[in-house]
Amino acid sequence: MSYIGIDEPGKRMLLMGNEAIARGALEAGVHFCSGYPGNPASEILTTLSDVAKEFDSYVEWSVNEIVALEAAGAAAISGLRALTAMKNLGADVCADFLMTANLSGTKGGFVLVTGDDPSAHSTTSELDTRNYARFAGIPLLEPATTQEAKDMTNWAFDLSEELEVICMIRTVTRLSHSRGVVTLGPIKPEKRSANFGFQDMWTSGSSRITCMLHSILHEKLKKAQAKFEESKFNWYVGKDDADFIIVTSGTGWLYSLEAVKLLELEEDVGILKLGTTWPLPEKLIASHLRHAKEVLFVEETDPFLEQNVKVLAADLAIEGFGPIRFYGKKSNSIRGEFGAGTGELDVDIVIQALTEIKELTYVPTEKEYISKAQELLSSIVPSRTMSFCAGCPHRASLWAIKKALKWDGRDGIVTGDIGCYSLAMLPTGFSVARTLQCMGAGIGTANGFGNLRRFGLNKPVVALTGDSTFYHACIPALINARWNGANLLLVVLDNNTTAMTGHQPHPGSGVNALGQSSSKVLIENICKGIGVEVQVCDPFNLDEAVQNLYEMLQTDGTKVMIFRHACPLAFPQEKKVRVYVDQDKCIGEECGCAKFCTRVFGCPGNIWDYEEGKAKIDETICNGCGFCAELCPEEAIIIEEVA
Amino acid sequence: MMEGPLNLVITGVGGQGNVVASHIFASAASKDGFNVSVGETYGASQRGGAVMSHVRLSEKTQYGPLIPRGQAHIMLGFEPIECLRAVTGFGNRKTRVIVNPRPIYPIDVLSGVSKYPPIEDVLEAIKKLVSSVHVVEATELAKEAGNPIMQNIVLVGCLAGTEFTPVKIETLKEVIEETFAEKHPRANLKAFELGVEQIRRIKPI
Repeated sequence: MSYIGIDEPGKRMLLMGNEAIARGALEAGVHFCSGYPGNPASEILTTLSDVAKEFDSYVEWSVNEIVALEAAGAAAISGLRALTAMKNLGADVCADFLMTANLSGTKGGFVLVTGDDPSAHSTTSELDTRNYARFAGIPLLEPATTQEAKDMTNWAFDLSEELEVICMIRTVTRLSHSRGVVTLGPIKPEKRSANFGFQDMWTSGSSRITCMLHSILHEKLKKAQAKFEESKFNWYVGKDDADFIIVTSGTGWLYSLEAVKLLELEEDVGILKLGTTWPLPEKLIASHLRHAKEVLFVEETDPFLEQNVKVLAADLAIEGFGPIRFYGKKSNSIRGEFGAGTGELDVDIVIQALTEIKELTYVPTEKEYISKAQELLSSIVPSRTMSFCAGCPHRASLWAIKKALKWDGRDGIVTGDIGCYSLAMLPTGFSVARTLQCMGAGIGTANGFGNLRRFGLNKPVVALTGDSTFYHACIPALINARWNGANLLLVVLDNNTTAMTGHQPHPGSGVNALGQSSSKVLIENICKGIGVEVQVCDPFNLDEAVQNLYEMLQTDGTKVMIFRHACPLAFPQEKKVRVYVDQDKCIGEECGCAKFCTRVFGCPGNIWDYEEGKAKIDETICNGCGFCAELCPEEAIIIEEVA
Repeated sequence: MMEGPLNLVITGVGGQGNVVASHIFASAASKDGFNVSVGETYGASQRGGAVMSHVRLSEKTQYGPLIPRGQAHIMLGFEPIECLRAVTGFGNRKTRVIVNPRPIYPIDVLSGVSKYPPIEDVLEAIKKLVSSVHVVEATELAKEAGNPIMQNIVLVGCLAGTEFTPVKIETLKEVIEETFAEKHPRANLKAFELGVEQIRRIKPI
C-alpha cells in the first residue's frame, strides 16, 4: 500500500498541495488521468502514476496539454471520471479544445487542474488561469489550504458529473509546493465501464446548435451558482456587521487571517473567504456587502474577484447597497515589489494594505535593523544566478554552439525555448540565446528569422529545443520550415528526460507514465520523415560537435542537429571517477587571461583555491563528466577511475 | 507551549537537500501532534539557485506557508551567504542561527563578476543581526558519517540537539529511518547523531 493511497479515513497526514490534489482524485475514484509536466503542477500526475497499478487506473503523460485534455475528455464523455493537470501556460495550449469541450459537456466527472505561478518562480509568465474559467464559462474552485486541495478535488468530480460540465481547479505555487496537515477521507473506487454508443454525439456543433449548447452552458452555470451559495468552501469570520471586510480566495485566506491577527484587527475586520470563485456566489457576497462600507480584495495575481464583485455591487446599487469604497489592485493597495497585480501575495503585503488604509503603524522590524541588514547584504553578499548542474550536457552543447557561431563569424541568432536550457539566456549558458517565449517558440520564431534575408537580415539562425519540447510543440514548426524554405538549424538538446520538471518520461524515453516500456519515438526518424537533414552527436565529443555544427551552418536549408547525452541527475553514470587538478600543471591566474576554467566555463564543481591561486574541483559538487578536463589548455585536470 | 507559530527557515543552494531537511523536520513535528505548514521555494532547486524552506509549527491555528518578514525564530543555514541573505529578510534580534560555514560559490563568483567575502566576515555579519550563531562544520561531520552530501541531516541533528524546538529527537530519528529506509538509513542516522553531539559540544559565537 502506497502512502498516498492509504485507506484510513480520519488519519492526519502531512501532504504537499499537489499530493493532496492527487489524493482528492483518488478519494473520488478517478479512472483516467493525463497531463504534461509543468511546475508547479507536475507532482499531481507523478503521484497518481505511482499508484495507478494499485487503483487500476490509467495515467498518462501526454505529449502536450491539449492532447492531455482531449484524451481525458474522451474518457469523461464515455462515463469515466477524468482529471487533467497542467501548469498555467498549459491552459493556453489546451484552450482551443476547452472552448468547445465546455459546450459539448461530459458524462463522467471531468476536472481540469491548472497550476499558476505568481512571481514566475519557474515560468515565463504570471498568467492567471481563473480568467479561462470565466472565458469558457465553467465552474471554478480555488483551494486555500492543502486540506481544501484534497476536498475540493474530490467534490469537483461530483459537481462536474451532476452538471455535466468540465470543472476547473486553480492552484498556485504556494499551495502546490507547500505542505500541510490533511485529514484523509474514504477512498471510493467505483468500477465503471467506458461507453460511447451508436447514438452518442459529442460536439459543440455549429450555428444554431452551438447557440443552443451555449445557452445550456449558461443554465449549468446558474445551477453551479446555486450550489456555490451553500458551499462549505465559502465562509465568513468576523463581526456580523463589520464595516470593513476582506474578500479573499486561495492562499489569500491564511495570509489575511494572519495579518488581521498580527494587527489585532479581529474586532474591526471581517473576512469573507471564497472557495468557489466562478460563477460567484452572489447572494452570499451580497449578504456581506450589505454591512460593508469598505472592502479589500486579497487574491493572487489578477483583480479577478475585485472586478467581478464590483460588477455585482453595481447591480446591487439599485437595492440601496453602498456606497462602498473598494481597495485592492486598482487602488494599488495590494502590491508587491513590482506593483499591483504582479508577484505573489504574502502576509506582509496584506499588512501593508491594511496599515495604509486604516492608518495604522506596524513595525515588524525596526528601521535601524533593516538598514543594517541592507548594508551588510549589499556590501558583502554576491548574487547567485542560476546555473546548470555539474555534469550537465547542456553546458557542453551551448559551448559548442557558441564556438561554431564564433567560427562562422556572422553574428548568428540563437532562439531559445522552454526547459533547463532556457538558461542559455544567462551567463551559465554563455548567453548564447537571445529570445525566449513559450513552448516551441524557438523554432517558431526561427521560421521568421530564417526567412528575412529578402529584408536584409542575413544571419545564420539556430533554434534551440529540448527533447520533451520537441515532441510537445516543435514538429509543426519544423514542417513549416521545410515547406517554406526557412534557413534554420534546429539544435535538439536531447537528455532523454523532461529534466526541468522532475525527470518525467517522454515519447523518446522508451517508457510511459505507467512504467511500461514503449518503443522510442526517435527524433531523427521524425526529422527524416519530414525530409530535413539530421545529425546526431554527443556534445561531450566537443571537437566533432563544433565541426559538424559549423559545417551545417555553411549551407542553406532546414537542418537538425541532435545533441544527445542523458541528464546525469536522472541517469547517474555507472563509472565512478574522481576529477582533480594537478597542482603542478595548473598555471593559475595566468591561464587564458585570468583563470580560464572557472571564469569562462562556469561549472559549479570547478572552483578556485584562493590560497593556492589555482583551480580546484569541489568533490561534493563534481559529477565526474570530465568536460573541464577536455577544455583545460594545460591538461591539468585529471580524471581518474575509482573502484 | 506557544501562542503564535514557531517559525523555522532552512536556506541553502539547490542540490543541498533543503526540501528533504524541511520534510523530515515537518513530518516529525506533525507526528508529535503539531499543526505544520511548509512553504518551499525551489523553482530553481536543481539549477544552482538559492532555495529556502519555511516551516511553521503551531498548536491549534493553521498558518500560511510563508513566514512574514523578520519573524523567523530559528534559521538553519546550509551555506553561509545564503544564510546571511535569509537573515536580512526574515531574521530579527532574537533569531537563533545554526550555519554550515562551507561556501558553495555562485557562478558569479567563479567567473570573477563578484567576490565571495571571507567566511569570518559573513559569520560576523550574521552575528550582528541575530541573537546567537552556532557554526557547525556540517560537511566535515557528514564525511565522517560516510558522505558529505548528508550535511543537511547533520544540521537537522544540530537543531534537534538544541532546546530551540519542541520536536522530539526520537521522532526525528524515526522519520529519518523511514525516509532513508532504502537508502543508507544507518549513515543518515549517524549524520543526525553527530549533529546532535556537536551542537551540544560547541558554544555559539
